[in-house]
Amino acid sequence: MGEPFATWMRPDPDARPARWIVAGLDPLGTVFAGLLSLSLLALPLMITRPNRIAAGTSLMAWSALPAAAALAVLGIAGFAAALLALRVAPPARLAAGAVALLVLGLAAGGAADHLTPPGDRYSRVSPDAGWWLAFAVAGLAAGDGLARLRPGPGTRIATLAAVTVLAGLALHSGFWNNLSVMREYAGHADTFGREVRTHLGLALSSVAAAALVGIPAALLARPVPALRRTLLGILNILQTLPSMALFGMLIAPLAWIGRSVPGAAELGIAGIGPAPAFVALFAYALLPVAAATVAGLDAVPGPVRDAAAGVGMTSRQRLFQVELPLALPAMLTGLRIVLVQNIGLAVIAGLVGGGGLGVFVFQGISQNAGDLVLLGALPTVALASGSAVLLDAAIAVSRRRRRERTQ
Amino acid sequence: MSRAAPMAKLALLALLGAFLLTPERFASLLRPFAPGDTAPIYTQTPLLTLTVNHLLLVAAATLAASVLAVGFAVAATRPGGRDVLPFARALANLGQTFPPVAVLALAVPVFGFGPVPTLIALVLYGLLPVFETTLTGLTGLDPALMEAARGMGLTDRQRLTQVELPLALPMILSGIRLTAVIGLATATIGSTVAASTLGEVIISGLLTGNTAYVLQGGLVVSALAILIDAAFHALERAATQRSGFRS
Amino acid sequence: MIELTGVSRVFGARTVVSDVSLTVEAGAILTIVGTSGSGKTTLLRMINRLVEPSAGTVRIAGRDIRDVPPHILRRGIGYAIQGHGLFPHRSVAENIAVVPRLLGWDRRRIAARVDALLDLFRLDPGVYRDRLPAALSGGEQQRIGVARALAAEPPVLLMDEPFGALDPIIRGQAQADLLAIQRRTGTTIVLVTHDMDEALRLGSRIAVMDRGRLVQEAAPAALIGAPATDFVGALLGRGDRAFQLMALRVVDDLIEPGPAPGEPIPAGISVRAALAESLWSQRPALPVSRDGVLLGRVTRAALEAQGARP
Repeated sequence: MGEPFATWMRPDPDARPARWIVAGLDPLGTVFAGLLSLSLLALPLMITRPNRIAAGTSLMAWSALPAAAALAVLGIAGFAAALLALRVAPPARLAAGAVALLVLGLAAGGAADHLTPPGDRYSRVSPDAGWWLAFAVAGLAAGDGLARLRPGPGTRIATLAAVTVLAGLALHSGFWNNLSVMREYAGHADTFGREVRTHLGLALSSVAAAALVGIPAALLARPVPALRRTLLGILNILQTLPSMALFGMLIAPLAWIGRSVPGAAELGIAGIGPAPAFVALFAYALLPVAAATVAGLDAVPGPVRDAAAGVGMTSRQRLFQVELPLALPAMLTGLRIVLVQNIGLAVIAGLVGGGGLGVFVFQGISQNAGDLVLLGALPTVALASGSAVLLDAAIAVSRRRRRERTQ
Repeated sequence: MSRAAPMAKLALLALLGAFLLTPERFASLLRPFAPGDTAPIYTQTPLLTLTVNHLLLVAAATLAASVLAVGFAVAATRPGGRDVLPFARALANLGQTFPPVAVLALAVPVFGFGPVPTLIALVLYGLLPVFETTLTGLTGLDPALMEAARGMGLTDRQRLTQVELPLALPMILSGIRLTAVIGLATATIGSTVAASTLGEVIISGLLTGNTAYVLQGGLVVSALAILIDAAFHALERAATQRSGFRS
Repeated sequence: MIELTGVSRVFGARTVVSDVSLTVEAGAILTIVGTSGSGKTTLLRMINRLVEPSAGTVRIAGRDIRDVPPHILRRGIGYAIQGHGLFPHRSVAENIAVVPRLLGWDRRRIAARVDALLDLFRLDPGVYRDRLPAALSGGEQQRIGVARALAAEPPVLLMDEPFGALDPIIRGQAQADLLAIQRRTGTTIVLVTHDMDEALRLGSRIAVMDRGRLVQEAAPAALIGAPATDFVGALLGRGDRAFQLMALRVVDDLIEPGPAPGEPIPAGISVRAALAESLWSQRPALPVSRDGVLLGRVTRAALEAQGARP
């Protein structure tokens, strides 16, 4: 993550910490601890409804769980909070945050079981503001602890894998099945898998297509200033169009193509379905990819370029053997940006009949069913975060290789 | 994008103004895109009102995101703030990783329908650009300059407000520009949760199959983004000159 | 005026300044000279508390500098560094006005002071007042840097390699300017340099530092005549001792009545320059004049005698 500090801000060895930082307290950790306590003690933990759309009753932690469990949850969370407030080493902070997350996950499942009368199929239990705030704070604290350790790419992927496996186990075991989100899932189990596949497919294919078109286009346009300006200018203007609008504007032309061009309909080109979404997502991914390629190539140090030319490489050899490998981190960064962006934008495809997780989000909004929205939004966030971690690791690896190459 | 001639921008501004104030004049242009006999111009709410609301929403979100992000960046570059930096950076990155649509959708059960969830989503999404550019601006300052400022007797706060921030201003402005431009397009999503934005026009068009509405909403947003981008570029140029750097 | 007593500075395991004691009289110029890493800059920065001593005390005008909040202390001390540190986003006048404004001077007094300083440094106020630093030449920037340091009429001026970035021709002029200005204002100056010739020319006293220790502190002639250690001798340079000494002295005291051929040399010129002229023009005696009035002559023998070891 580069240099951590303003180069002129040498830590003054004489500087005494501000008076309110009593020796031993960590400022950020204290904020976390405060918010964690606030969320569990002052805000309701769960909310329960007699059926899907009725108004709900909020319950504090001690009402939502059996007494012993409530005590355990509050105790463990309190201990974790205290640990965070103190000036302890990063591994301890990570552990505190992780334990808090674990305890919250258990609490959610346990409370759902506790609050659902046996055999009842209509009542809905979901986490309320207190749980969400505590979860966000614990997640941030764990993330902060992890970040302070400055993990390498391998560690980050391992963490991602661990979290995925844990979550997968919990889902698989049915521990959370009484939560409202999972009940929504049960109600939509048949289409859920398909929508996830559509969603991922849209995001990945549009990014891949943008890379296949954008990178060569950038390579071709880059040496010619007028061409380069035009290309980047047009793409910039494209970026200013709201995604909804672009999706919508493509419906009619694609419908026409589907009707008129022989063979197009079989390929799936039509006014409805994923085609307009795909084209729009592809268009939105072009600029970041092209711009990142151009920037990455521009950043290749002059001496390196000259050395390659001096050795007798043709410009194509120079491009493929020297410049592109060095520009790789920048290009991967561009890909990361667009993949995360397109996973998010693909949600909007649900608005134009393109499928994907947006279907649940917008259905949930129109039916006023918050947990159906969650069914669409949570996997989207998970997919986006997971992709970000994976690609960040790839970028870190490529940066290391780049450093070795230019040394 | 700022290389396009200023004349073109002025023409765009005039065109936009004319369209928002007297949309009916453009009816004939849009008629081919409207199905059947439906009116080509959106009339549920005046386009000008929607535009103003849209701009207000984006302005508020951009302001909030900028204040937060600049605050974080300043805190992260103080001697006592080394631990804030990885956290602040992670938070800003997180803000961009969470799709705004998802944030919007998640915020609705808590904050209800209306502009608030949209505001939250826009602020989170807009943190990263301002944070990173402010950070770059502050860490790139000449150490001799900082030494001289300290040696002259400026307190740390005076140095921050009189020297560091003014010199970092061009970079900060470039980050705010990015946030504002991205926010303009993103804010349209707010209409799915009953915020008053130009997205209303687009969604109406999508639901009724009226491409004319989609075009109106989309192109107005696009024009606003282009103009605001140009305006910020001009501000940045002025700030750069004022900082004494040869631009 | 300035008293350092047993001042040391330690960074972890490294001792950067070790037990330095010296006194600077009011109105004197102390030049601190040494190689890089000798601790001279750290020593300087302990005077205005940019660095806190690990041990020892620093007193200015009898008061321990720890009794005053650092930023208040610094507003009473001028500070001019290499690279001048002019604020690029402020005009020349605004730059100079920084400390007076911090001290709460009223606008008219500040404006008058700015103009007076610009005049002092031979810069036309009308032209330079509103210029931005980027529009100034290196020499002008350096002058404005010193002007800014003097803006609030501080009794003490600290300078860290202030002429380092100037090319040799301008540097000589800048040094002469500093001497002239100091004569007028009577400011006590502590100046750090790695250039021994500069130290000899500017300083009324010279302090030599080597690896954190104060090796010798003396007047220039005494330093040249009796270097305390081989290190000091090495800094002075072995072969030029005689000429360094002659550069410190002026011909005025050597004028005797009598004729001499050719173009007169101006009074106030250094013995070294006079000897050079004498050799160049192959004249065993030179006439001396001041403002067109012939004062007498100076012989080569008298000039040469000035190069003898004291």
